[in-house]
Amino acid sequence: MNNERRQILKGAGAAAVVAVAAGAGLLKPGNVFAADWNKAAFEAKDVATAMAGIGATGAAESDQIVVDAPNIAENGSRVPVKVTSKIANTEHIIILAEKNTNPLIADFALSNGADGFISTAIKLGATGNVRAVVKAGGKVYTAAKEVKVTIGGCGG
Amino acid sequence: MSGIRIKAAMSGDNAVVKCLMQHPMETGFRKDAKTGQLIPAHFINHVTATVAGKTVLDAQWGGAISANPFLEFRVAGAKSGDQVVISWEDNKGEKDSADATIA
Amino acid sequence: MKKFILALASLGIVFGAIAAHASPESDRMKVVNFLEHKYPDIKFDDYVYGALAFDPDAKSQYDSIMDFPPFLDVIDQGKKMWETPFKNGKTYAECMPNGGKMIAGNYPMYDEKLGKVVTFEDLINQCRVKNGEQPYSNGDMKTMGVLTSYARTLSDGMKMNIKVDSPGAVKAFDNGKNLFYKRHGQLNFACASCHLEAAGNRLRSEILSPVVGQAVHFPVFRGGSNLVTLQERFVGCFKMIRQVPDQPGSTRFNDLEYFMSYMSNGLPLHASVFRK
Repeated sequence: MNNERRQILKGAGAAAVVAVAAGAGLLKPGNVFAADWNKAAFEAKDVATAMAGIGATGAAESDQIVVDAPNIAENGSRVPVKVTSKIANTEHIIILAEKNTNPLIADFALSNGADGFISTAIKLGATGNVRAVVKAGGKVYTAAKEVKVTIGGCGG
Repeated sequence: MSGIRIKAAMSGDNAVVKCLMQHPMETGFRKDAKTGQLIPAHFINHVTATVAGKTVLDAQWGGAISANPFLEFRVAGAKSGDQVVISWEDNKGEKDSADATIA
Repeated sequence: MKKFILALASLGIVFGAIAAHASPESDRMKVVNFLEHKYPDIKFDDYVYGALAFDPDAKSQYDSIMDFPPFLDVIDQGKKMWETPFKNGKTYAECMPNGGKMIAGNYPMYDEKLGKVVTFEDLINQCRVKNGEQPYSNGDMKTMGVLTSYARTLSDGMKMNIKVDSPGAVKAFDNGKNLFYKRHGQLNFACASCHLEAAGNRLRSEILSPVVGQAVHFPVFRGGSNLVTLQERFVGCFKMIRQVPDQPGSTRFNDLEYFMSYMSNGLPLHASVFRK
C-alpha cells in the first residue's frame, strides 16, 4: 500500500519536473519527440498529471478546436475521433480520454505543411470526455466532447 | 511485406493520407479470457510520416489507440507524385515501414 | 392410417392452393409493408445497414471505420484460402457456379436432389468434399468464417435472390418461418419479437435491427476484430433468450437462414462489415 503511494508520488514528481522544464522552455517540443517516449505522461493515471506531463496545465478552452467524436460509442474498442484545429500554426494535436486508466492516448507533432487535423480510432474504457489539446505559437489550447460508452451490443 | 496500408491522394491543395497498421495494440491491462493472466503491453509508441522526404508528422502513442490503428492526416503544399513514407516502432522495439505515391 | 395421412396431405395441398395469399412472397410483402408503414422515412435500400439505419450517430461511426476497415488482413487471409488449390490442384472457383462470383445471393438454395436447403457455406463444403478435402465445421470462425469473409465479397452488389418454388422448398421455408415466429427459450422470445415487432425500438441501449436486411452483410467484424457469421449470430441470439442453440449448419438453422434470406430479397449484398 505504502509502496504504491510512494510510486504514485514519484510519478507525479517526475511529471511535475517535466512540466516545469517544459514551462520554462528548457525542452522544445520537437526535442522531446526526437528523444524518448513520454513515459511519465503516458503512464499517468489521472488527467491533471497527464496534462502536466505534456505541458498542458492551464490550457485555455478554445472554440477553434473541433473534437468530432460520436455521442454514443458503437464499440468502446474502436471509437472514431477527428480533431480539427483552426488555430494558426498548430504544432501539436494531443488526444486524451479523461476516464481511461491512462488518460493520455496520443501526441501528434505536425510540421512541414501538415494541417491542424488528425483522424484516428481510440479505445474508451468508460463514458467521459475525449479531450484535444493543441499547442501553437508557444500557447496551449483545449476542447472536449463527451462520449458515452455502453456495454453489450447485438451486432446485427 | 509490410503490415501498413496507405491511401494517399490529392484533395484540392491538400494531400489526404490515410493508413492502416497491423498491430494488436495491447494495453497491458487486458486479461486473457482463458488463463486469467494479464496480456503484456504491446503497442506502437512512435509513428513518423514523411512527404517528399520532409517529416510532416511525428507522434507518440499509448496503448489506447485501437488495435490495427487507423490514422489520417492532411498535408498542404504536397503534390501528386510525392512519396509518402510511414514508419512505426513499438514498445518491444519492433518496427515497420511502408511507402506510397500520392495519387 | 396411411390413407388418412394421404387424405390430410392432399387436403393440405388443396388448402394451400386456396390460401394462395400465404406464399413466401406475400409473407415477405407483409413484413416489408409493416416496416415501411412503421418507418416511412427509412429507404428500402438502407435496410442493409440494420440498426445503423435508425441512428445517424452510429452510422457515421460505421462509415468512418469502413473507410479503412481494421479487418482487411483477415479478408486477405480468406482470399489466400480461397486461391490456394486443394491437394488435387483444383480450386473453389473451378468447382462453383460462375467461378464463385455473384452467386451468394442465390443461397440458401433448396436442393431437390438432397431434399434440403443448401447454404453458401454448404456449397463450400460440397466443393471441399468433392475434391477430397475434409469439410469445415460451419461454426468454426478460423476456417469457414475467415474463408467466407472473403468469398462472400465476390458477390458484393448482387441482389438477394432467394427462390422458393417447389413443395419441398416451401416446407423448408415454412420450417424457418415457424422458428422465426415461435416463442422459445426461458425468456420466451421469438426472433420476430425483437426483429420484426420491436424492430427499430430500443432494448436498453440497443436498437433492434429489422429482419429485412439481416442476411445481406454477414460475416461481420464486431468491434472491428471479432468475426461472426450469420449462423454464429443465431447462436448468440439463442443464448440471449436462454434457449440452447443449435450448431451452425443444422437443418433448423439452415431453414431459418433460408426464410431470413428470402425476407431480404431485392437488397444488395455487401460483405464483410463492421458492427458494434
